[in-house]
Amino acid sequence: MSALLEIQNITKRFGGLTAVDDLSFDVAEGEVLALLGPNGSGKTTMMNIISGALKPTEGRITLAGEQITGLPPHRVAAKGVARTFQLVKILPSLDVRENVIAALAFRRDALWGQEAQDEADRLLVNAGLSARGGEMVENLTYIDQKRVELARALASQPRLLLLDEWLAGLNPTELRVGIDLIAGLRDAGMTILLVEHVMEAVRALCNRCVVMNVGSKIADGDTDAVLNDPGVVRAYLGTADA
Amino acid sequence: MKLTYGIPAALAALVVLACAPLFVGPYWLGLLIGLAGYVTLASAWALFSGRTGYVSLATVAFFGIGAYTVAVLSEAMPYPVVLLVAAGIGLGVALLVGLATLRLEGVYFVVFSFGLAELVRQLVTWYETSINGTLGRYIFLDFGPEHIYWQLLALAVVTLLLTWWIGRSRLGLALKVIADDETVASHIGINIAWTKITLFAVSAVIMTLVGAIQSPRWTYVEPAIVFNPTVSFMTLIMALFGGAGRLWGPALGAIPLFLLFEWLSANFPDHYSILLGLLFIIIVFLLPRGVVGLFDDRFGTRRAEVQPAASGEGAGK
Amino acid sequence: MLMATLVGGLVLGGTYALVAMGLTIQYGIARTMNLAYGETMIAASFAAYLIHNTLGVSPVLGLAIIAPAGFVFGWLVYGILLRPLVARSKNIASLEINSILATFGLLFVIQGVMLVVFGGNYISYNYLNFGIEVLGVRVAANRLLVLFLAFVIGGGLFLLLTRTRWGTALRAVAVNPAAAPLVGIDANRAARFAFALGGALAASGGVVVSMYQTFTASSGVVFTMKALIVVIMGGVGNLAGALCAGLILGLSETLVATYISPGLTMAAVYIIFLGILLWRPSGLFGKVGK
Repeated sequence: MSALLEIQNITKRFGGLTAVDDLSFDVAEGEVLALLGPNGSGKTTMMNIISGALKPTEGRITLAGEQITGLPPHRVAAKGVARTFQLVKILPSLDVRENVIAALAFRRDALWGQEAQDEADRLLVNAGLSARGGEMVENLTYIDQKRVELARALASQPRLLLLDEWLAGLNPTELRVGIDLIAGLRDAGMTILLVEHVMEAVRALCNRCVVMNVGSKIADGDTDAVLNDPGVVRAYLGTADA
Repeated sequence: MKLTYGIPAALAALVVLACAPLFVGPYWLGLLIGLAGYVTLASAWALFSGRTGYVSLATVAFFGIGAYTVAVLSEAMPYPVVLLVAAGIGLGVALLVGLATLRLEGVYFVVFSFGLAELVRQLVTWYETSINGTLGRYIFLDFGPEHIYWQLLALAVVTLLLTWWIGRSRLGLALKVIADDETVASHIGINIAWTKITLFAVSAVIMTLVGAIQSPRWTYVEPAIVFNPTVSFMTLIMALFGGAGRLWGPALGAIPLFLLFEWLSANFPDHYSILLGLLFIIIVFLLPRGVVGLFDDRFGTRRAEVQPAASGEGAGK
Repeated sequence: MLMATLVGGLVLGGTYALVAMGLTIQYGIARTMNLAYGETMIAASFAAYLIHNTLGVSPVLGLAIIAPAGFVFGWLVYGILLRPLVARSKNIASLEINSILATFGLLFVIQGVMLVVFGGNYISYNYLNFGIEVLGVRVAANRLLVLFLAFVIGGGLFLLLTRTRWGTALRAVAVNPAAAPLVGIDANRAARFAFALGGALAASGGVVVSMYQTFTASSGVVFTMKALIVVIMGGVGNLAGALCAGLILGLSETLVATYISPGLTMAAVYIIFLGILLWRPSGLFGKVGK
């Protein structure tokens, strides 16, 4: 497998604070990779750098061989990167279907009108929200809002999907459903980079993990091996729930 | 749906308005011209400010650019070309201002737009006095007032249609998404800065054309006349009064206020600007949820929390 | 020639700095964008003119009445006009818009009153209008006095804000209005006091301007504009920034007026403003990223 996303020597400093320190890793085409680490280790910062929300201080990022370093988010999106957010971000003045249409209307191969309606409904069915298109997103439950967010991300037809703690805050039943949803995407060949604290999900979904601590990479490899690595365990214990 | 009644009613009203010059005297025609001008200005203002939350105080800068372009070029070129040139200049200035300020926090835009009319006025005055040698200009165009009226009426219709169309277009959706959440907007591929700049430019071109079309009414034009800040001020009040987020709002706000202003300026010429200011303050106060509440109506209740105008974190960087 | 231009620029810059300090306090601490600021100034200019021409009292003494009057005016405007808006605004963004709109209305009211009372003519009066030799150039005494007053008032304000408990409370509100009540600061009172202080500075600025410039009832807008530009250039709420930015603006204006054309000063101001905005969006001395 060739690398779809290459992170090369990314460093991000906020004033005197180094949030990401010379980080490098690859995500292969079709791979589901987990980016792990205790709270404050720089995972979300890294996600924001990839999606263009933050500009890295140093380093480069390529997507399928093309430089995307420092591009604004709407251009990174046009190159094929879609994401969800750590705290679910829905568009409250729009209904469920319009939330998805918003992404369809501004993707590279844009859809509008009836085509967009149909495609949005298809995506909503796949996300487990059949016949909910007309509801206001604010009235949905938390998991359903997360489904809307996922459907919206998929509507952009991404080559790379960034999931920032998409499974956080779900109860055990919902978690099962959520894991199955992502597993379905993986089986369909989607490349996914996820930040996750729910280890059950990481074990179920990812073959490979990259672990960060205080901005640097401390482990990179097979999920089971990484999660049993003494250094990783030490970094996690006492700082975050595993 | 109310549209089934709305369209025939609007068409009937349009026919009546279009025929009005055949029946009314010069005083009423003058009033109708002013009214059509302000309906268009207020609608154009709301097209941008009502949908983005950026309060523009620069209406008269564009209006004046239009008027002055006609004054300078009316004898050198055919009239339609003059209008095109005026629109082009308005567009250029709008793009320049938009590019410089709309990527930053909203308050920079307000400050910039506040002084823009004064800047343009001083530049024109400087050009006329030091390069051209005379300050005022005469406009001799072969129009009757009814021609001016018809042009303005057509522009008003175009503005309303454009507003309606934008509301249903991808641009309109982009504006709603931006108003809801700028972070999401940029991550689903919306170019926020260009969306705002496009809308600002469209609105500015319309304002420029209003000034251009109305200018023959003056016959004699000088910077102090066409760059009168009261125009920005009245446009703003009318749009806010009627509801800047609604299609018909600015037009409905413009009609009663324009008539009131006419009456005030006829009866209290010396105290006009005091009354205007007081009226404005009263409007700002009496709107139950504040003026921003009018922007809210269109976008739902969460609107204010993502108000791009002054917070605009997502807009800057 | 150059020396005279520099001194002229320094005087003008000192005036702008003084004027902008009031606005930066109002905007930085009271969080209200006051578009009627320039009109408040010009009203004070008219007051100084009246005091000088009808009573024969020196405008410097007039300052002792006019500046407190500006304070009272600011206090009343905040209490009557702005306080209700503050109370109902859901967040700072909507407060900013509401205050811009309300003071935009106030602008026309004050301007209208001045037009009714004084008419639309250019006004000036003769005060200390004789030359004094400084650094090899003759400078009008009134300009030297202006420079002196700008530094005394500006310096006094700086000391007030940095060396007193009151000042510290005000600065705390500027930094974090939500947290100020936690340490026992009444943010509302602080905001009102700051707005009134801004009014006093506007009035002082107006008196100072009237000593060496001609003005009309409609001059206010230009002063508000320039003060706003200085505030943004210097970084909102930053007094030292306002001082530097004011001097930069005054000097550039005088240079442009002397060597290019007096009609292009506003254009020069705008070009500087644009340049700063594009280069450093949070101002020359502002914190990057707010």
